[in-house]
Amino acid sequence: MIRLARLTKRFHRGGVNEVMALDGIDLHIRPGDFVSIIGSNGAGKSTLLNCLAGTYAIDAGSIRLGGRDVTAWPEYRRAKLIGRVFQDPLVGTCAALSIEQNMALAIRRGRSRTLAWGVKKPDRGLFRTQLEILGLGLEDRLKSRVGLLSGGQRQALTMIMATLIEPEVLLLDEHTAALDPKTAAQILDLTHRIIETRGLTTLMVTHNMAQALSFGNRLIMLHRGRVILDVAGEEKAGLKVDDLLARFYSSQGEAFSSDRALLG
Amino acid sequence: MTAYAFIGAVEQGLLYGIMVLGVYLTFRVLDFPDLTVDGSLPLGAAVSAVAISNGIDPFLAIVAAMAAGFLAGCVTALLNTKLKILHLLASILTMIALYSINIRIMDGPNVSLLGVVTVLDPIMAWGLPGYLAAPLLFALCAAAATVLMVWFLHTELGLAVLATGDNARMITAQGVNTHRIIILGVGLSNALVAASGALVAQNQGAADVNMGVGTIIAGLASVIVGETLLGHGGITRGCIAAILGSVIYRVAIAAALSFKLGTFAFTPSDLNLITALLVIAALTIPMVKARWSGR
Repeated sequence: MIRLARLTKRFHRGGVNEVMALDGIDLHIRPGDFVSIIGSNGAGKSTLLNCLAGTYAIDAGSIRLGGRDVTAWPEYRRAKLIGRVFQDPLVGTCAALSIEQNMALAIRRGRSRTLAWGVKKPDRGLFRTQLEILGLGLEDRLKSRVGLLSGGQRQALTMIMATLIEPEVLLLDEHTAALDPKTAAQILDLTHRIIETRGLTTLMVTHNMAQALSFGNRLIMLHRGRVILDVAGEEKAGLKVDDLLARFYSSQGEAFSSDRALLG
Repeated sequence: MTAYAFIGAVEQGLLYGIMVLGVYLTFRVLDFPDLTVDGSLPLGAAVSAVAISNGIDPFLAIVAAMAAGFLAGCVTALLNTKLKILHLLASILTMIALYSINIRIMDGPNVSLLGVVTVLDPIMAWGLPGYLAAPLLFALCAAAATVLMVWFLHTELGLAVLATGDNARMITAQGVNTHRIIILGVGLSNALVAASGALVAQNQGAADVNMGVGTIIAGLASVIVGETLLGHGGITRGCIAAILGSVIYRVAIAAALSFKLGTFAFTPSDLNLITALLVIAALTIPMVKARWSGR
């Protein structure tokens, strides 16, 4: 499904502040994989997702999505294959437009946009049934401006919009980090339900190790732009937060006892 | 102010209202401050005047003017998106270039349209007096432009234009090439401005290279006046507010020009100052209000 080969990305190239954000990543993700990606700040998690989506141009390497080499594709073209939910709940939706207008934009993802009427009557039924999954009552507020919704509601809507047209890959970039714990749990639950029922190939970046362990069938740990841990299936299911921390610090050669409470 | 002056002001408001719709599209919808309009208004006037002088149908001449305006807008948008020039600067560059181009098109600084057939003639042929025929025709034109704009902004493409102005990251993630949308939007805006210029030229009987000076400020003032009166509602309301704002702006200007206090009276040359003050006031009042109510 996704094949990354020698993926390299540097920031501030050539300057004194040059950072190796992705240091020759090789990764193969199979159809239906739900991959959690963890790592400390600056490990390259978000950069990896942004390079996959085409937001950042890569310095070297290649990206294949669903059998196609998309390395040279611009971001908007890759969007045909990719559904995205961002960390900032304000990024995924359009505040000035109504809920149904936002969904009408999402239902044309990867298709041509013409002078046909934007919000089509037959689509409204689909919008309603999709919004009912959320249980937030948004199905009765199709004409409300999205700017009036809360961050959690907007993130839930983004989640629905990202999967309205089935994406070949779903990219979730710390999509619950900006929400309060209760809302975050609801969004995570929704994420889980959507991905499970539709078997979507998913990459989820998270800071939360417990979350990374309880979701998905595969776990990848990044450090300084390299994959330092890649476990799947039974092996992943048996992992605990302590094991992750141990792996993390042993890779760095640092003691972890002092930070255990903080990160656990 | 006499009734005659009032009707004249309304007529001007409707004529320039089509330009204001264009400014609304760039300034409010696309969040792209576009000064090209100071050049594309006389461009539309020049193209339609030259076309009519060469025996082309006055309505077709407007279509030609719109095509020219669309191209001018595309140039600004291309400078901005492909060459990464700041939108304001890109539009000033196109505007300056259009000054030379307009003189080339007209083969001089102006073209007279006296004694030729204009869009007004078919209406006059119905037997309506000139002072009523013009406002009626321009009201129809302004209404048609408003309906088309409202319709466009509700289409799939129109929603993409709205989203590009509001949240470029979101609409890119939905598979839209925002560069293409900006080129289309700024092009359409300037097509409207050029149509407005073509109608103004046909109405006043001449196209002049300097007739575009201050267009953007008049356009902004009208948009803001309209919003102040009708509020920030949806798209339909915004488009109607643009036309209405334009009419009220022109009537207010006419009223100011007829104002006399002792020996003091405003002259047409004071117009720019009054408009600038009006725009500054309209832009800062919401801020001042917020600060006061925030106490």
